Amino acid sequence: MTATLWHALSDPWGQAIMRRAFAEVTLLAVAGGALGCWVVYYNLSYSAESLSHAMLPGLVVAALTGLPLLLGGAAGLLIAAGGVALAGSVTAVGRDTAVAVVVTTLFGLGVLLALSPETPAGLGNLLFGDPLGASDGDLLLAAATALGVAAALALLHGRLVVVAFDRTNARALGVAPLAADATLLTLLALVLLIAVQGLGNLLVIALLIAPASAARLLSRRMPATVFAGAAIAVVAGIGGLYLSYYAGTAAGASIAVVLIGALVAIALARAAAERTLTLARR
Amino acid sequence: MSAVATEPLIEAAGLRAGYGAKVALRELTFAVGRGERIAVLGPNGGGKTTLFRVLLGELEPTAGTVRRPERCGLVPQTERSRLDFPVSALDVALMGTIGRLPWWRRPGRDERSAALAALTSVGLDEQADATFGDLSGGQRQRVLIARAIVQDAPVLLLDEPFTGLDAVNAELLERLTASMAAEGRALLIATHDVAQARRWDRVLCLNERQVAFGPPSDVLTLDVLEATYGGAIVTLPGSGAAILPAHHHDHEHEH
Repeated sequence: MTATLWHALSDPWGQAIMRRAFAEVTLLAVAGGALGCWVVYYNLSYSAESLSHAMLPGLVVAALTGLPLLLGGAAGLLIAAGGVALAGSVTAVGRDTAVAVVVTTLFGLGVLLALSPETPAGLGNLLFGDPLGASDGDLLLAAATALGVAAALALLHGRLVVVAFDRTNARALGVAPLAADATLLTLLALVLLIAVQGLGNLLVIALLIAPASAARLLSRRMPATVFAGAAIAVVAGIGGLYLSYYAGTAAGASIAVVLIGALVAIALARAAAERTLTLARR
Repeated sequence: MSAVATEPLIEAAGLRAGYGAKVALRELTFAVGRGERIAVLGPNGGGKTTLFRVLLGELEPTAGTVRRPERCGLVPQTERSRLDFPVSALDVALMGTIGRLPWWRRPGRDERSAALAALTSVGLDEQADATFGDLSGGQRQRVLIARAIVQDAPVLLLDEPFTGLDAVNAELLERLTASMAAEGRALLIATHDVAQARRWDRVLCLNERQVAFGPPSDVLTLDVLEATYGGAIVTLPGSGAAILPAHHHDHEHEH
């Protein structure tokens, strides 16, 4: 029994393509899981989803013209930011509506371009990801992103806590909320840009939001929440790759399913534990 | 009067401040010394928050002058605290040290000792590891005071700190303000409680301008209170005491 289990666990590691996928997903999960906790507490989940969708036309144009996807994604993010700022300046529209209009327009444009006859094969990877296709360059970028995000979050922890806890009075405590927001959004854009190639435009958001939401249910201090977010993302990410390997399902989608499954399981377990405690106290 | 020194910590002369073209506060001329407790009375929108923002350096005066310490500590209303955020009482007190540290440095042993000492001074050393959101309203208010103490500011600005406190916690808080004043700090306390304001050193009445400033016995007259609150004053029969109608306690955003 133990031997069978060990064989099942070790078998995927025998293939170079799977070892690279495990490394890529682990690195992206560390960055996304940790950053996602701040995204959730700063109420930036909608912004994160919007940014990831809004970069699609840039990615598609890069794929069509043979430019690096990274460049296309970055250009897409800049155009989206400009569009949101422009539409948001129209008082009659309102900021939320402006974000929705700009993002829907850009996403629609991206899909339109992606469905054109000139579109090269494999563009579906932009939407649903392909962690199995990680190159050396992808791994290097993912490692640099994980390191950069971890370092930034560790150094700025105190200041991020002040703004998250008491945004109105943060300036009186010597912390500029705008600087904290700008830092988080920059890190968010960076993680989306790097992770979208492995996990896809539609599924990358699961890496940011699901582990963070689960960690929030488990932890009562922010450092523990961030560690739990990263750990849940890593475990669920690797679990998703195993699912993909044995069920023959798409890797990006499998990872997203396991990430959401982990959130649901943790939420149910917590609800059950609370119920048991309540009954025991009666 | 519990003043321990004569040099004013705050001095305003002909101060005016506002937001864009709108003047929110004008004609402010007052001085506050060490060890003084000043009640800041006024209706919502009367300029209390604007005055605090000027003293915190967040808002530049549009006219007149103001001399203030480099750093003022702010104690916000605990009712507006974020209770779902995973921090302990000690974490909140530690926030008072962040502004003094370079951006790359995290609070160390010295900062933790200062935060623990501040929590001890407000009687919450045993709750240092408790989650902020699990504390009572009175305890949360004292944690926020500890945070301001850790800022090591000579002036503390307290925004309606007695709102929502029961009698026991209100008495505890009043004793705490007295001990902080005795240590040489100046305290400006925004309040709607006229009876409480009578027990403090001086009263500053605001209604988009300075209506009056001075000792409670001179300032807290029916005429001044009516000018401050626009005539919405109720007098208690036989006592001559003036109180504010209940709706003045419903806090609204001033700006």
